[in-house]
Amino acid sequence: MAESDKNVFEIEIITPDRVFYQGEASMIEFNTVEGEIGVYKNHIPLATVLAPGIVTITEGDSKKYAAVHSGIGQILGDKVTLLAEIAEWPGEIDESRAKSAEERARERLERKDSNLDVMRAELALRKALVRQEVLKK
Amino acid sequence: MASMRDIKRRRSSISSTQQITKAMKLVSTVKLQKAKGRAEQTAPYFNYMYDTVCTMLAKAGSVNHPYLNKQESNKKAVITISSNRGLAGGYNSSVVKLLTQGDLPAEDVEVYAIGHKGEEGLAIRGYHIAKEYNEVMEAPTYEDAMAICKDVLTAYTSGEIGEIYLAYTHFKNTVVHQPKLLKLLPVEVDEADVEGMDKNLLMNFEPNEEEAIGLIIPKYITSLVYGALIEAVASENGARMQAMDNATSNAEDMISDLTLKYNRARQGSITQELTEIIAGAEAIS
Repeated sequence: MAESDKNVFEIEIITPDRVFYQGEASMIEFNTVEGEIGVYKNHIPLATVLAPGIVTITEGDSKKYAAVHSGIGQILGDKVTLLAEIAEWPGEIDESRAKSAEERARERLERKDSNLDVMRAELALRKALVRQEVLKK
Repeated sequence: MASMRDIKRRRSSISSTQQITKAMKLVSTVKLQKAKGRAEQTAPYFNYMYDTVCTMLAKAGSVNHPYLNKQESNKKAVITISSNRGLAGGYNSSVVKLLTQGDLPAEDVEVYAIGHKGEEGLAIRGYHIAKEYNEVMEAPTYEDAMAICKDVLTAYTSGEIGEIYLAYTHFKNTVVHQPKLLKLLPVEVDEADVEGMDKNLLMNFEPNEEEAIGLIIPKYITSLVYGALIEAVASENGARMQAMDNATSNAEDMISDLTLKYNRARQGSITQELTEIIAGAEAIS
């Protein structure tokens, strides 16, 4: 069968404002709250929660990178759906903004204010780092 | 019969009102186009989120989680989405009616109001406004929806409220907008949608089921609120466009009616003058 020769599956990345990516790929890697996972065709059904990280879509020899911050992922049959709250291509990221966000978050974490929302500051820091990382790819 | 001058004054005042309603109609038409485009782009996320949650609940089956079970508290939180400005026909009052004529008596309800008009209407009818987010309606973003949901979910998890509802106007198409009351928590999905899913397929959750549901449900609620906000903006402009269109054509009718009356009055006064002149001339001769 011709179809089973190809080890590709469907991928959809959707954000609240648009359909971010739709297409076929042979592998997708993304970051979940439990750690990074890579998905090939015929993965077991899985529902998971995304953590800020880089999504790598491999299609043949070409690789696409995108920054995805929080959302949920569902792997069902031959289809991977990522419902991301924020997703960006490297071209859409403002490097200087990400840098200043990183500095701000670090500053806040170092000050150790009693009323500091540590979780939020850490999340902001991770988002800023992911944004800069995806730019280097 | 009113004097010519009165009719003339009335007619010019109506025609200047008509100019205003015409302009408002044009503005809301443009805004509607924009909002409609946005609503269409949001729809896939909304739909996928619903499908995903349905599949998950179908497969999770008997997971015990506060988001899925009935709570002790009788208090109900209602997030109402209306507009900040009026002149939109029955748009705002039908959202208010969802609560007053529905099964939601004022004493059991905490209102989280988005939109000034709805807030006002409910406050007059004795509803307690827990919080208002009126400025959100100007340009709703996903972050706004997140902030609102965070407040409501905090109240839910702390046991202050037992149920969460969402009252908004569903944008079916340009002319049809339906006021809708949606139950957000405890989660209730359409049984038929859940039945349709393949239950034999085993779904794995990562982290474990309970934690995953705890993380996913707030995102689901947020996406529903965001989708409702976007639809409400489209509905608001659609409703205003219709209301202003009606107002403009009503003004048109009134103007033509008044023009007829004015002409009659003019003719009447000419006839009267002529009779007077003739009568005067006859009296002299």
